[in-house]
Amino acid sequence: MTGSTGYVPVIGLEVHAQLLTRTKMFCRCPAAYGEEPNTMVCPVCLGLPGALPSVNREAVSMAVRLGLALGCEIERESVFARKNYFYPDAPRNYQITMYERPLCTGGNLVFEDEGTEVNVGLEQIHLEDDAGKLLHGRGGHSLIDFNRCGVPLVEIVTRPEIHSPHQASLVLRRFRQLLRYLEICDGNLEEGSMRVDVNISLRRRDDDELGTRTEIKNLNSFKAVEAGLEIEIERQRDELESGRTIVQVTNLWDARERKLVTMRRKEGAHDYRYFPEPDLPVLAVGDGWIEEERAKIPELPLDRERRFRNEYGLPSYDAGVLTAESDIADYYEETARLTGEPKTSANWVMRDVMREIKSTGGDIGVFPAGPAALAGLIDLVKDGVVSTSAGVEIFTAMLESGESAAAAVKRLGLERISEEDELETIVDRVLESNPDEMERYHSGKKQLMQFFVGQVMKESGGKADPVIVSTILRRKLGE
Amino acid sequence: MSGLAGKSVGELLSLYRDGAARPVDVVGECLDAIDSRDRVAGAFLEVFRDAAIARAEELGKEDPGGLPLYGIPVAVKDNICTRGFPTTCGSKILGGYRPPYDATAVERLTAAGAIIIGKTNMDEFAMGSSNEYSAFGSVRNPWNEECAPGGSSGGSAAAVAAGMVPAALGSDTGGSIRQPASFCGVTGLKGTYGRISRYGLVAFASSFDQIGPIANDAEGCALLMQALAGYDGKDSTAIEEDCPDLLSGLDAGLAGLSFGIPEELGGWDLDPAVASALDESSRAVAASGAAQETVPLPGMETSIACYYVIANAEASSNLARFDGIRYGMREDAGSIGSLYISTRTAGFGEEVKRRILLGTYVLSAGYYDAYYGKALSVREMIKKAYCDVFSRIDLLMLPATPGPAFRLGEKIDDPVAMYLSDIFTTPANLVGLPAISIPAGLSADGLPVGVQLVAAAGREDVLLRGARGLEKIFRFRERFVSCGGDV
Repeated sequence: MTGSTGYVPVIGLEVHAQLLTRTKMFCRCPAAYGEEPNTMVCPVCLGLPGALPSVNREAVSMAVRLGLALGCEIERESVFARKNYFYPDAPRNYQITMYERPLCTGGNLVFEDEGTEVNVGLEQIHLEDDAGKLLHGRGGHSLIDFNRCGVPLVEIVTRPEIHSPHQASLVLRRFRQLLRYLEICDGNLEEGSMRVDVNISLRRRDDDELGTRTEIKNLNSFKAVEAGLEIEIERQRDELESGRTIVQVTNLWDARERKLVTMRRKEGAHDYRYFPEPDLPVLAVGDGWIEEERAKIPELPLDRERRFRNEYGLPSYDAGVLTAESDIADYYEETARLTGEPKTSANWVMRDVMREIKSTGGDIGVFPAGPAALAGLIDLVKDGVVSTSAGVEIFTAMLESGESAAAAVKRLGLERISEEDELETIVDRVLESNPDEMERYHSGKKQLMQFFVGQVMKESGGKADPVIVSTILRRKLGE
Repeated sequence: MSGLAGKSVGELLSLYRDGAARPVDVVGECLDAIDSRDRVAGAFLEVFRDAAIARAEELGKEDPGGLPLYGIPVAVKDNICTRGFPTTCGSKILGGYRPPYDATAVERLTAAGAIIIGKTNMDEFAMGSSNEYSAFGSVRNPWNEECAPGGSSGGSAAAVAAGMVPAALGSDTGGSIRQPASFCGVTGLKGTYGRISRYGLVAFASSFDQIGPIANDAEGCALLMQALAGYDGKDSTAIEEDCPDLLSGLDAGLAGLSFGIPEELGGWDLDPAVASALDESSRAVAASGAAQETVPLPGMETSIACYYVIANAEASSNLARFDGIRYGMREDAGSIGSLYISTRTAGFGEEVKRRILLGTYVLSAGYYDAYYGKALSVREMIKKAYCDVFSRIDLLMLPATPGPAFRLGEKIDDPVAMYLSDIFTTPANLVGLPAISIPAGLSADGLPVGVQLVAAAGREDVLLRGARGLEKIFRFRERFVSCGGDV
């Protein structure tokens, strides 16, 4: 992308995240989803004449936590501002947001991409309220649902320090991961609880000057972010290489057609006439409040990823996968603690647990086999009570029945056979029924030992202990 | 009539306590007075006849001593939300709109035993100083029907002055309670910014707007204010501290107070009636043994420009919600953009449009710093000047208006002359100070003239004590009100 062309993509993100507060940003209506249209509303979020906003402190707390997690400066005094524009989903015809004095400034997102540390600077994080939803095309009319109107949003604005579509999508994944770690947003791009607008311009490799940027909205998946950016970079490069100039436009991602649609170009820049919101006093966040929020911040993804490598000796890949979601990481850590086998536990969690969760779309919080159950199974394998292959079968049974590993083993009769007498009987049977192979073995074809072990295992239904079987075989074959 | 409707709030409360009157009698007389007088005055946009009678009957079963405003009929300016009753703000654009909730001020009055009797006429969205900008026709001044009642709370002031109700609620953004009170010969109080919750007051300029009482006397204002004041979690700009006790010290007199008269008034070409009212006040203060001095008060002229920049900026945003989409009037059109334009073109009057345009302009990119930003700095300077003044004195005494009521039509074509009617009242709004206008005397033409007192922030108690003291000296009601009350 950046190599031969002589242009470097310069990308900035604006991420909007719906906060998981109980109530809306400026009123006490529940911030609930999926309800009957226009049932979660009141004079304040409907912007009725005379109604006034009151700040939801829970939303401020969440934004402060996010700011602290991203190393921002938390402004002791910040100012809500009105952004004036007419649109039917905004019942006051202005949005209450923050402009000149946002709640959090500076900071940066740091993460590792294949062993390289990536650091993307932030401009600011601020609070604002969401708009309602327009439902077009019902009998030639548009309808408005104001349930979402007034739901708290944080907007994270990065600096234009991202240089590839892939990196943009990684940054977005990391924001999502952080929001979920902090439990302040569920980060669902498809359903719009997390939204992203990207700014993109091309800079000549040999020049510091930034090009004219365009915007892409409506990117509803990580793949869309990458694809939309690829298309726009291609387009801008073609324009520039043909000697044309880039026009400042806003593009919408069309998810169905997988293409960009340019919105109608406005005459000049839109003037939002921002000014301080006179209905709200300066938002004062004192040291006490900040420390209170700091104390609520869990171990952050990057710290946890690094600790998993150091403490458990896990490879980078494992540490990344296991810390992608905090509840999986919790599950893993508990399993590893109970078994004392970090790498084996990691394998089980990454392979069997995560596959199961992925295929069922389940939630590890309500996973039928908890860490203790999985640890019980891992112990049984480690102690040689069951074989590894039987273990996978047992795990599936545990998920279905919810029983412990030991109970499943008993029920399915999968205990490993290590009684010598019992194994000797099986060995004898195998040798008797394979006289040709036995003859060839004695005439020097020693590799047939593996064949005999395999046959015994098969006879035993996988339950035989292969080490003991080998010993018996060697004795019987006169070694 | 036996004159119950023309009684003061205090007088009615004693009559109730003595068992000499019942709420139904008083409400009945108020309704009769409205029927006979309001055809000319045009003070009411809506009368809650049945609801008021029903409420009076209910109250009749309760103990008159149990509620601070027991059985007091109150008229409410039509920009204050009344659940289920029209709230038009004097504008066509809110035609047919009935709010689903009561303003906090209305809730508090009702909880205190008051009876909401109807909604009063006003300049559209409280923008105006004569009431002529109402979409529903001008109110006439009860003292002379050719004259303006003042504005924007002209309906509320006229309703009290004409003896239709003992008290009313107005709203004051740049003088909209005090100026009409002065024009109509009644008492109008604007509290400290944040003293009364603005929740349910349809916003004109949020950082200035205050609801306040208009009554026959300072005591009436004090009684209403005490019930209206107090923190409200629904208004983030409301004062958290409790309102001082306004009643126990009300009659403490003027002695011991220190008054200041702005030096700059000397340079003003004051109307003779206003000048003599101020002189009379000054003599009364001196005679009562209170201290008095002239104080420098810079920025009086700047304040009006500063006020109009900031207030219109806020208004341009506050009035954006009237767009024909969700409530009120709608002019259907082919697209959403033309629906907005036709609805707002047809729904707003000329003055409202003028202010929206001015406000939009001063907030526009490239002009913001020169106008809005500059005005905010000037506002801070004026605040500081007032702060200095109130470190020296208790009460500032100045005219409420440059002259007595002007004639209807006289200033309608000269917006700047109209804006200048607010020259003495806007500073209190810019700074957020409590201020009151009390009737001091009559002009040669027999029109009332008021005097204004301003106190330090939070000192409504001092303000009302001063007003009460002067009122007892002027004896305006005893001397003149018979003529006003009989219009």
